[in-house]
Amino acid sequence: MNAHTDSFTTDDGRTIGGTVLDLRNITLRFGGVEAIKNISFDIREGEIRAIIGPNGAGKSSMLNVISGFYVPQEGEVWFRGEKRPQMRPYQVAQQGVARTFQNIALFEGMSVLDNVMCGRLGYMSSNILTQGLWWGRAAREETENRESVERVIDFLEIQAIRKTPVGRLPYGLKKRVELARALAAEPKLLLLDEPMAGMNVEEKEDMSRFILDVNDEFGTTIALIEHDMGVVMDLSDRVVVMDYGRKIGDGTPDEVRSNQEVIDAYLGVAHD
Amino acid sequence: MPELRTVPEYLDRNAETFGDAAAYREKEFGIWQEWTWSRARTEIEEMALGLIARGLEIGEHVAVIGRNRPQLYMSMVAVQCAGGIPVPLYQDAVGEEIAYVLGHCAAKFVIAGDQEQVDKVIEVRDRIEGLRHIVYLDARGMRKYDHSDMSSMEALRETGRAEPRAEMERRRAQQTGATTCVMLYTSGTTGKPKGVVLSHDNIVATSVNSAAFDDLRQSDEVLAYLPMAWVGDFIFSVGQAMVTGFTVNCPESADTVMHDLREIGPTYYFAPPRVFETQLTNVMIRMEDAGRLKKRMFDHFMAHAKHVGPRLLDGKEVGTWDRFKYRLGEVLVYGPLKNTLGLSRIRVGYTAGEAIGPELFDFYRSIGINLKQLYGQTEASVFITQQKDDEVRADTVGTPTPGVELRIAENGEVFYRSPGTFQEYFGNPESTASTKDPEGWVATGDAGFIEESTGHLRIIDRAKDVGKMADGALFAPKFVENKLKFFPEIYEAVVFGNGKERCVAFLNIDLTAVGNWAERNNIAYASYQELAQHPRVIEIMRGHVNKVNASVAEDEMLSGCQVHRFLVLHKQLDADDDEMTRTQKVKRRLIEEKYADLIAGLYGGADEVYTETEVTYEDGRKGKIRATVKLVDAEVVPVNAKPKVLEAAE
Repeated sequence: MNAHTDSFTTDDGRTIGGTVLDLRNITLRFGGVEAIKNISFDIREGEIRAIIGPNGAGKSSMLNVISGFYVPQEGEVWFRGEKRPQMRPYQVAQQGVARTFQNIALFEGMSVLDNVMCGRLGYMSSNILTQGLWWGRAAREETENRESVERVIDFLEIQAIRKTPVGRLPYGLKKRVELARALAAEPKLLLLDEPMAGMNVEEKEDMSRFILDVNDEFGTTIALIEHDMGVVMDLSDRVVVMDYGRKIGDGTPDEVRSNQEVIDAYLGVAHD
Repeated sequence: MPELRTVPEYLDRNAETFGDAAAYREKEFGIWQEWTWSRARTEIEEMALGLIARGLEIGEHVAVIGRNRPQLYMSMVAVQCAGGIPVPLYQDAVGEEIAYVLGHCAAKFVIAGDQEQVDKVIEVRDRIEGLRHIVYLDARGMRKYDHSDMSSMEALRETGRAEPRAEMERRRAQQTGATTCVMLYTSGTTGKPKGVVLSHDNIVATSVNSAAFDDLRQSDEVLAYLPMAWVGDFIFSVGQAMVTGFTVNCPESADTVMHDLREIGPTYYFAPPRVFETQLTNVMIRMEDAGRLKKRMFDHFMAHAKHVGPRLLDGKEVGTWDRFKYRLGEVLVYGPLKNTLGLSRIRVGYTAGEAIGPELFDFYRSIGINLKQLYGQTEASVFITQQKDDEVRADTVGTPTPGVELRIAENGEVFYRSPGTFQEYFGNPESTASTKDPEGWVATGDAGFIEESTGHLRIIDRAKDVGKMADGALFAPKFVENKLKFFPEIYEAVVFGNGKERCVAFLNIDLTAVGNWAERNNIAYASYQELAQHPRVIEIMRGHVNKVNASVAEDEMLSGCQVHRFLVLHKQLDADDDEMTRTQKVKRRLIEEKYADLIAGLYGGADEVYTETEVTYEDGRKGKIRATVKLVDAEVVPVNAKPKVLEAAE
């Protein structure tokens, strides 16, 4: 498979660059179950790439492969032009990949601010002792990183809940805090696992706006899994469609929409 | 020093006399950022020069729209320095309202706070002739816009820095006290908004007089959180701030106002009764959940404060023991409470715009907050009457502000003449003539009277709303509505009955207060609509209406205004649906037309009415809500059998 090296400008003025992440012939098995069957696709710099498919299609597994949580039995992951060796998730994070989770994974008892500060962990090198004593490098680092965090808080308009414990927040806001934490890491590649699940129309509109703004303002490459077709078709530049671990479609929203196999998968045609 | 007559002249004085003192503060990225007076002057001049470079001519209107931010306040002064006229708009105004105002004043420039405001302007742009340029403050999301006739505030100032000052100096030299300082659109409970033209003389004289009245100083702090388009905010955050040089603090966002209030601790504070009410409701709700000891301590000392506090504030005689106990209360209850409310440092607090409930008013005064009332309107540059420090009462609005003359017409309407009296309604000589007579007397549109013993003005209602019942008795809806609204559970009330035999009322519940009550009583509800129609909620409302009727019956003139039947509306009255003004005043006539079926039901004796109502969502889309609204009978006190005692019921 050839990686893209060219770049072009979209109708709305964003620049889409060469391939950032290239997945080549990935196969993932859990015992006898093949969750992902020989799938290849790429993500280009600056684009919003959606992964869609019916329940159990293997979308979240795919995201877990990208984030390093699952190691595929076959296939290669190429990140920024280099073949990625087997890595622990934290090493992947250090490379500049951040993610949110389908079922929110925040520290419920901690404030929004502290949760978002966790996203900066990779940028701090002081040890637990100096941090506990708020001394020397620890104090300096926290001030520097707090500034980045405050910018994210401002960006996502969550100033009013800065000091509120996450456990007291409604679901829609928790999702936004999770996005804040991921953004605080200033990722090159942002993975969003169903960022709009369980939200009402207004919250979805807000979240869509934020996703577009993140992509636009910071040029962050985004891969997202989402069930709401309207949202996916509006947001994304390209869509990968999965069904039963196979890739059944790949292209622009329009191409995917007119793909017969995709229509069948969504309307439910009997599999043999 | 020569007499200063314009806002830009005061800016120069402030920058020269106390250039290092804080002029503006804004919380951004979690930290309070500060502009000193000299930095403010530099930035204002850069903006002004930038505007001139972009082609602003003398006397042209520049609309300013956005939330309270230092740069927007500065931009208004910059417009003045460049010879233009600032026109602040309500930031939550929808497209149509913006189109009307921009078209009416033929705005040439718009200074917008952020992308949201820019979008609203662009949406209506083709309908506004002559709009040349949009300047925006927050660059977020703006990168992709066509910048041929749009620039960021940064870029505008960049241009200004390279521009020679001569033209600005020339324009400023032409300005006198008679030059227009600002144009403010009145919210208008009827018809289209009108542009009120206020001169520098109006603003400066009013600010100087009112600042002297309350001894406002350069060291004072205010929190600017009320709409910039409202005349009060212009007087407090621009007029008085320029004249005295105090600091204007801007909150981080609309949601953090209460938190920012606590951090700043303003010394001079204005809030409409609704804000005070919300604060008190929150305190009471939290006290319900407090521990038993705290609760008993709170109740005990609050009872004492109610008894002693207002007298202490008025400087009246109070016994030694009571004084001591009040001090103890200050340490244990009042002090911490004021701190929580962000009102620890208040020297002067004002409320206006609506009548304030006596209990609410006394609550704040009893814990030692110098809360007073004033009466004013846009056409007067706010101040008509104010209460002196030792003459504060809940039921009057005080004596005339220095420089103001008052007159009551035959029909009870209040007239005034003052140095703050507006120049004209922009482009509307007929309205100007019908409001302001050749001698300078202005009709307020409010009916009221001056108390003989004290000289205080008392306002009864809007003059045009005061009517007659079928039997000839006086009908003053607001009098009854205010009594209803003093109950924390009732958010809004509208009373009908002009020309009828009996009065009926619409009520809106207060979702915070009633919602909390519902929670404590294990009442489940899914929506405002469901809670509003809950039988037990209606029963509470009935109790309140009955109490109000008993109290109304005691007023000799207005006893006919008792509410015979009422309903709890299935939706909240909303400015987006054109049922209220942006300053939260009900639009009586429009509501009467819109809900004619419900009113007919109330008068017709039905038990419930099915109704469909069109609603507008925040983004401008429309939808329908359907509901079956229950109609309820209230107890009415027979007027001829009313008790002779005229003491207030509560």
